[in-house]
Amino acid sequence: MTPDDDGTASAGPARGHLLYGPQPDVAGAAGYPDAPPRMGFFTDTSVCIGCKACEVACKEWNAVPEDGLELTGMSYDNTQGLGADSWRHVAFIEQRKPFGGQEPGVVHEDVDVFAAAADLGTDAGSPGPGATAPPPGAAPAGAPAGEISPVSPDGRTELRWLMASDVCKHCTHAACLDVCPTGALFRTEFGTVVVQEDICNGCGYCVPACPYGVIDQRKDDGRAWKCTLCYDRLGVGMEPACAKACPTDSIQFGPLEELRERAASRVTRLREAGVTDARLYGESPDDGVGGDGAFFLLLDEPEVYGLPPDPVVTTRDLPDMWRHAALAAVSLAALAVTSFVRRPR
Amino acid sequence: MSGSDVTRDGVEGGRPGREAPTGARAGRRRRRRGRGEQPMVPEAEFSSYYGKPVLNKPTWKALDIAGYLYLGGLAGASSLLAAGAGLGGRPALARPAKLGAAGAISLSLVALVHDLGRPARFLNMLRVFKPTSPMSVGSWLLVGYAPLTLAAAAADVAGRYRLAGSAATAGAAVLGPAVATYTAVLLSDTAVPSWHEGYRQLPYVFAGSAATAASGLALAAAPAGQAGPARRMAALGAALELGAFRLMKGRLGLAAEPYERGRPHRLLRAAEALTAGGAALALLSGRVRDRRVALAAGAALLSGSAALRFGVFQAGVDSAEDPKYTVVPQRERLAARGR
Repeated sequence: MTPDDDGTASAGPARGHLLYGPQPDVAGAAGYPDAPPRMGFFTDTSVCIGCKACEVACKEWNAVPEDGLELTGMSYDNTQGLGADSWRHVAFIEQRKPFGGQEPGVVHEDVDVFAAAADLGTDAGSPGPGATAPPPGAAPAGAPAGEISPVSPDGRTELRWLMASDVCKHCTHAACLDVCPTGALFRTEFGTVVVQEDICNGCGYCVPACPYGVIDQRKDDGRAWKCTLCYDRLGVGMEPACAKACPTDSIQFGPLEELRERAASRVTRLREAGVTDARLYGESPDDGVGGDGAFFLLLDEPEVYGLPPDPVVTTRDLPDMWRHAALAAVSLAALAVTSFVRRPR
Repeated sequence: MSGSDVTRDGVEGGRPGREAPTGARAGRRRRRRGRGEQPMVPEAEFSSYYGKPVLNKPTWKALDIAGYLYLGGLAGASSLLAAGAGLGGRPALARPAKLGAAGAISLSLVALVHDLGRPARFLNMLRVFKPTSPMSVGSWLLVGYAPLTLAAAAADVAGRYRLAGSAATAGAAVLGPAVATYTAVLLSDTAVPSWHEGYRQLPYVFAGSAATAASGLALAAAPAGQAGPARRMAALGAALELGAFRLMKGRLGLAAEPYERGRPHRLLRAAEALTAGGAALALLSGRVRDRRVALAAGAALLSGSAALRFGVFQAGVDSAEDPKYTVVPQRERLAARGR
């Protein structure tokens, strides 16, 4: 990691004017006149297979230390959450719900998969990109589309697994960055939020400030750590380790504008295909943190994945807080003056 | 959600002990219910990820940071007492107030540095000035305030440099109220529900609590003849603290619950009793010429203020540890916006 000192110097004062709301030019507001486009992640959980390659790649690339090998017994998730030593976290959720157009209990013996593949215009030897997800209306005969059958023929409800790789959101208005007293947290030219490990003095203020529970203090080290969106790799034009390692492209990296377009068309397509639960999370610049640099396509409510349904950057209310504190300070002084007013004896 | 009923002819029906429920509130049964305590509102229905918290809880050590909140308040309001006593010709009240302010702020700085993950880097706090970071503002406040209290105390004890001492006392009295109340912003400017949602009232709670602590110290250390202002400050401070805290709990909604449960509840009930009792004793100590009444009042006020800070601190940590306090109010907010 090679932290950029320019960012530190300009991060504080330049951002001070806009604590909340949409901010189209995040890097510009942080003092980068000719910033590259804002980069981010689009994590499409509908194609996540829970392999945890992202977790491993992240740990390997960033030399994040091992943080205990605990078996939780609750699911395949033994990482449990994001923290100082887990910058990617794959959530596993089992539910009694069908996944989109799946038809439980249907026997597929009469389906010729090779014929179906030929209908898609690909051959088994080299399936083209997106071969497994035909556009609606172009689904091959015999493929289920557009309908949900919540109950299988023998009456039992269906099961689905939700898997989702969580990560630092690199908020447009990042509370961790706002409250950092040392300037260790700074905004990069890519619009991401990074901790400078040689500046952080471990005050821990960023930890409760984060509305997503991402950043945390490393116990033996004392400093705060979180995802850097592989700042070192970005600097030389490489994509972050987790996105590189993702075998299904569930984690997509790129310019945020492009990712938002891609996500919008993906969620439309999923809904048309019958996955009515599909929704985007954190993509809107109008949300409480001004939009996330890393946003998600989810298949259930955010809280089911351990994400807050309506996060708000705490510093939105900071001007109001200072006002109340100033009034309280004046009240305290007035209270003292009153105490000294000599009553007539 | 019942157990596995996987295959044709295979396993059917629930298999107890193999449940891994999610979605519905599950997995969190750790919360110890206090004896005879009733929840204020019915248990809210909400989803969570295996009952895991959404937020990462504060890593601050209670003794360091709650202790710091307390000592900062004690110092800030003591500086006000010191300045008033200096102006009003009450040297026996001014001296303990000045010494108290200097001692408390020194101890609080030790606590702050001790709580850092990298104490050797504490000077990095002064690397930048950031109005968006209450901790940065506080660090700069302390850099200005602490030397003033030390100078004021030193000049008083030495009995020399009167003018400089008076100037330092006045300067400390100007910064003192800010030192006492900015700590409320320090807590509120986080995502911790029970701290953040109370940001409108918490500065007043801390201001009142600072006044009671400082007057407690003065009552215990100054002779009754000169402690009149401290007695009045105790009564006024107690009224402000208790009133503002009641108001805050009334306005917090679900986020008030952590203040009403478990250890924070016990601490805050003790704080209420000690502060109210201490204020009553303080007023009484003006009428009966018994030193022990003033000492008891001082002890009650000092410990009441400390209990309040530790209670508020712990309630915030509790609210961060339970996803309910994060998810339910946010859900209600979304519902109110019609989404």
